[in-house]
Amino acid sequence: MPAENLVEISSLDFAYEDRPILDGISLQIPRGKVVAIMGGSGCGKTTLLRLIGGQLRPSRGEVLVDGQSVPHLDDEELYALRRRMGMLFQFGALFTDISVFDNVAYQMREHTDLPEELIRDMVLMKLNAVGLRGAHGLMPAELSGGMARRVALARAIALDPMLIMYDEPFAGLDPISLGIIGQLIRRLNDALGATTIMVTHDIQESLLIVDYIYFMSDGKVVALGTPDEIRASQHPFVHQFVFAEADGPVPFHYPAAPLAQELLGRQAHGGR
Amino acid sequence: MADDSRATGRIATLLGSIGHHVTDGLLRLGFATRFFLMILLGSGQSFRRLHLTIREIYFAGFQSLLIILVSGLFIGMVLGMQGYETLQRYGSAEALGVLVALSLVRELGPVVAALLFASRAGSSITAEIGLMKATEQLTAMDMMAVDPIARVVAPRFWGGVISMPLLAALFSATGILGGYLIGVVFIGVDEGAFWSQMQASVDFRYDVWSGIVKSFVFGIAVSLIAVFEGYDAQPTAEGVSSSIKSTVVKSALAILALDFVLTSFMFREA
Repeated sequence: MPAENLVEISSLDFAYEDRPILDGISLQIPRGKVVAIMGGSGCGKTTLLRLIGGQLRPSRGEVLVDGQSVPHLDDEELYALRRRMGMLFQFGALFTDISVFDNVAYQMREHTDLPEELIRDMVLMKLNAVGLRGAHGLMPAELSGGMARRVALARAIALDPMLIMYDEPFAGLDPISLGIIGQLIRRLNDALGATTIMVTHDIQESLLIVDYIYFMSDGKVVALGTPDEIRASQHPFVHQFVFAEADGPVPFHYPAAPLAQELLGRQAHGGR
Repeated sequence: MADDSRATGRIATLLGSIGHHVTDGLLRLGFATRFFLMILLGSGQSFRRLHLTIREIYFAGFQSLLIILVSGLFIGMVLGMQGYETLQRYGSAEALGVLVALSLVRELGPVVAALLFASRAGSSITAEIGLMKATEQLTAMDMMAVDPIARVVAPRFWGGVISMPLLAALFSATGILGGYLIGVVFIGVDEGAFWSQMQASVDFRYDVWSGIVKSFVFGIAVSLIAVFEGYDAQPTAEGVSSSIKSTVVKSALAILALDFVLTSFMFREA
């Protein structure tokens, strides 16, 4: 029987050279669920996604995906695992020199020997699932931001992955596209029987579609819970995030010397 | 006393900066060597799925044809004029064919074609790979379990390596045609002497083969620099622009330096 959690992360540390990004993170992503990882910009959410996908290796700790330790896989094993993962990048990352159809067909052609007629049917079905079957002949440059994100979503689910990862799926979208993408994330997860990890800072949209939320700040998990628990949470960080307050545990100001000291210092310096 | 310590400080900064540049250069050289080996290891796909490489030969080679052929023609015509002007002073204007052919086949063909290829195709390869990196297309490919070095870099590298000798040969051929046009058709040098002296004096192994080897080496250098600079570009607009500039500058320097080394080994008897 497969383990209850598809992804298990324990005591994970990661640093870019001397700059620590993640500090002893532990979290679990249960199978079949849509889980959001939230936090302000630069808190290490995207880094966490890259560690799960094996693009980065942690300095300490463990990342298990479907029972396999990602940091310890060799290139071949990692590629075999990635064939069962789909990832949606922040700005789609569509291949700009090939059409929408070819973008979605890309993995099918690279990883399978399926005949072209079958690939055609599968691509049209994937595009139909995101409502863009009619756009299969367009080039990525001809798509709006929301459409490009949906094509990238169709490409991410091309091989029916067990795990779908989204990096800021709502960034830069208009309210209609945002709602559409949100609904698609939920619907596709349930239809494919997949598990979804979504890194985002769009709290209101996420609360509508996810099963569970982890809040991160300064490389640590500071709060977690179901959408209802999060709405009711009195945790100062969660409160600031949910109600979009400018100041709180996440300071408005970038760290600096006190203003008076800086101004007086400049006066003294400038006065000569 | 204060002056002494300031001077010592400056020397220390200077030495530090030189050291930093040297270690940085060595680090990049090491990375480039490792990258070259990774291209070679990932080259299987470029030949198994030949259409990937043929597509790059089309973009790098075929699309450079216009600039190569027109430049070759003009350089040949200039050689015809300058060569005739000098040779006729010594009464040996019939040797014009030899002069034009040897200059082109040994030197100008490989070198100028490679310089043009670096500016026309090398820069666009760097820009394409750099932009693919900046827009996360390479990362997306890697996440789809498709190796970007095997799928994107190696076919572009081999496309360049295969195109370069062919372009240099065409450059030399149109150059000789340009020399013929000026020397024989316009100035009136004897046509028989022009071709027969060329045929008698240009040795296939010594001259033509050396030119082919040169253009092959330049092809490896320019293609490697172009794909490396693109792959190593900072993923920003400034980063990609700076990598394109680097490709053109480094390729030009590499071509000229390699030309000197190769010439000194190939034409010792001269």
